[in-house]
Amino acid sequence: MSDFGPLQMRCPVLTVRRVDAYYAITVVAPGIAERFRAGQFVAAAVGGEQSSMLLRRPFAVHDVKPDYGGTVEFLFSVRGAGTAWLAERRSRDLLDLVGPLGRPFPLPRDPVNCVLVGGGSGSAPLFPLAHALRRRGCRVDAVFGGASADRVFSAITARRIAETATFTTDDGSFGVRGPVTAPLGRVIEEARSDVVYACGPMPMLREATAVAAEHGIPIQVAVEETMACGTGVCMACVVPVAGEDGITRMVRACVDGPVFRGERVRFDDVGTIPFDALGAPGWKPAADTAAVDPADREAG
Amino acid sequence: MSTDLRVRLKDVELANPVLAAAGCAGTGRELAQFFDLAGIGALITKSVTVEPRAGHPAPRIAETPSGMLSATGLQGPGIEVFLQRDLPWLLSRGARVGVSLAGGGAAEYGELARRLSEASGVSFVEVNLSCPNPSDQGRHFTDDPREAARVVHAVRSHTRSDIPVFAKLAADVPDPVELAEACAQARADGLSLINTVRGMAIDPRTLRPAVAGGMGGVSGPAIRPIAVGCVHRVHAALPELPIIGGGGVRTGGDVLEFLAAGASAVAVGTVTFHDPSACVRIVRELEEALAEHGVDRVRDVVGAAHRPLGAAAGAGPLPRG
Repeated sequence: MSDFGPLQMRCPVLTVRRVDAYYAITVVAPGIAERFRAGQFVAAAVGGEQSSMLLRRPFAVHDVKPDYGGTVEFLFSVRGAGTAWLAERRSRDLLDLVGPLGRPFPLPRDPVNCVLVGGGSGSAPLFPLAHALRRRGCRVDAVFGGASADRVFSAITARRIAETATFTTDDGSFGVRGPVTAPLGRVIEEARSDVVYACGPMPMLREATAVAAEHGIPIQVAVEETMACGTGVCMACVVPVAGEDGITRMVRACVDGPVFRGERVRFDDVGTIPFDALGAPGWKPAADTAAVDPADREAG
Repeated sequence: MSTDLRVRLKDVELANPVLAAAGCAGTGRELAQFFDLAGIGALITKSVTVEPRAGHPAPRIAETPSGMLSATGLQGPGIEVFLQRDLPWLLSRGARVGVSLAGGGAAEYGELARRLSEASGVSFVEVNLSCPNPSDQGRHFTDDPREAARVVHAVRSHTRSDIPVFAKLAADVPDPVELAEACAQARADGLSLINTVRGMAIDPRTLRPAVAGGMGGVSGPAIRPIAVGCVHRVHAALPELPIIGGGGVRTGGDVLEFLAAGASAVAVGTVTFHDPSACVRIVRELEEALAEHGVDRVRDVVGAAHRPLGAAAGAGPLPRG
């Protein structure tokens, strides 16, 4: 319907391969590849045409290439029947995808120093971001972590793209033992970072936001919320986020995110309706309260 | 010759019987990225409330076999923003708009209807009666036919006379026909059947309810036979009252099923989460299915399942070719 919005396509599968603890699937999706910007995701239908699994599964895009008119690659773990079905796809099978979805990572205008923090498969969307930042002349440093060595995604590529690459694991099987946010402060100081980009589980994003705040630099976080549709209609993936006017609203991670300014996300209130959120029980509007963040872009 | 897909809901004519169901079409902007909203019969809005509502905490949705369980808690911006921002946008896109209303009592529903009647361009009103009634221990308005009738009466009294009012009913009540009759006596112009069916899913890992509110509403193909049965029973009892059918519609063939059971139009809901362009695909499939049955006018199929064998078009064994 437009030249920049999401497309719904039946995409031929090129390859499904194991990458350590994850699977990576590559499909031919020319329009999606062309429109994609780092941080956006795709939503896949699983189980075939008569599937009893109705909800789409969202996946952050890890790579796009110009081959075959445009390919899209994303990473996943087998967590249930839907992702198990996905892991069984073979070359030439068709996959029903909608994408690209969500707001991408905003890119700095100037060639500044950027540090990318990824937890587990949350590192995947940081690779296209690293390429985009490098093309703008930015310095890129990477801090990637995971539960164990096989869950630190693509360390070799990270070393190649980034000026410095630091790795952490919870069990000490690779890199430094401990959370991925532990070495972040040191990396920010040594690399004289101007901005942090992070993707991973909520507790990790909360900690990364705290570290960025200690160093007085901005942080963009990409959240990994559970979604049912990915297109903004189901209202499942809401997160409490403060607007430019200071008012907290329950916003959809799929269309208002998945990328947010870290300090705006009410991490301590995720999974609740904060008492002061717009429209919370007992909430009373101030005379000049707008139901929509004035800084919000209108969709469509 | 192409099939005549036009249908009437009371005095309102729609281009075709396929509607986007309340709560499954967002503000319209989300789906407009995938198809032209003017190409469907009408879009029914998310339920509009008097004040903005933040809704229920996450997790709000869980997948269930051939369906889902949801408890979003009517999150929305309130009627003021709806009238200023969402309704004009929908009308600017050429969409026919049904507005779903949700409140906490007859007075609130009445106020919503009054404010809605000041706007122009609304094709019909749908009264969401599957809302907790604070003066009845949080039971839904549908759980007591008298309470449902009180709300319908308030909405009908405050709605401009040229806008038909449809009462949206639940099937998980002791007697859907009694509920429908109570709404008809309260001067509902039509009925919308059915809302979600109350249920629960337990997360196998945590052994806790899978959605934050505990109970939620089940939707999707899993509930379709319940919905078709409800439409059939109510149409048999109240054949003059137009019905918007719906519940688990996935294909054009499913729409035909609801029409035959007695619905005049059919709302497409949960499948939109799976297939954002479902509504237009279903219009196409319906046209093909009607052509296959040799039916030129979709209206002729309405209630076909109630007619004796061989009585009229669409009834009984279908002619081949």
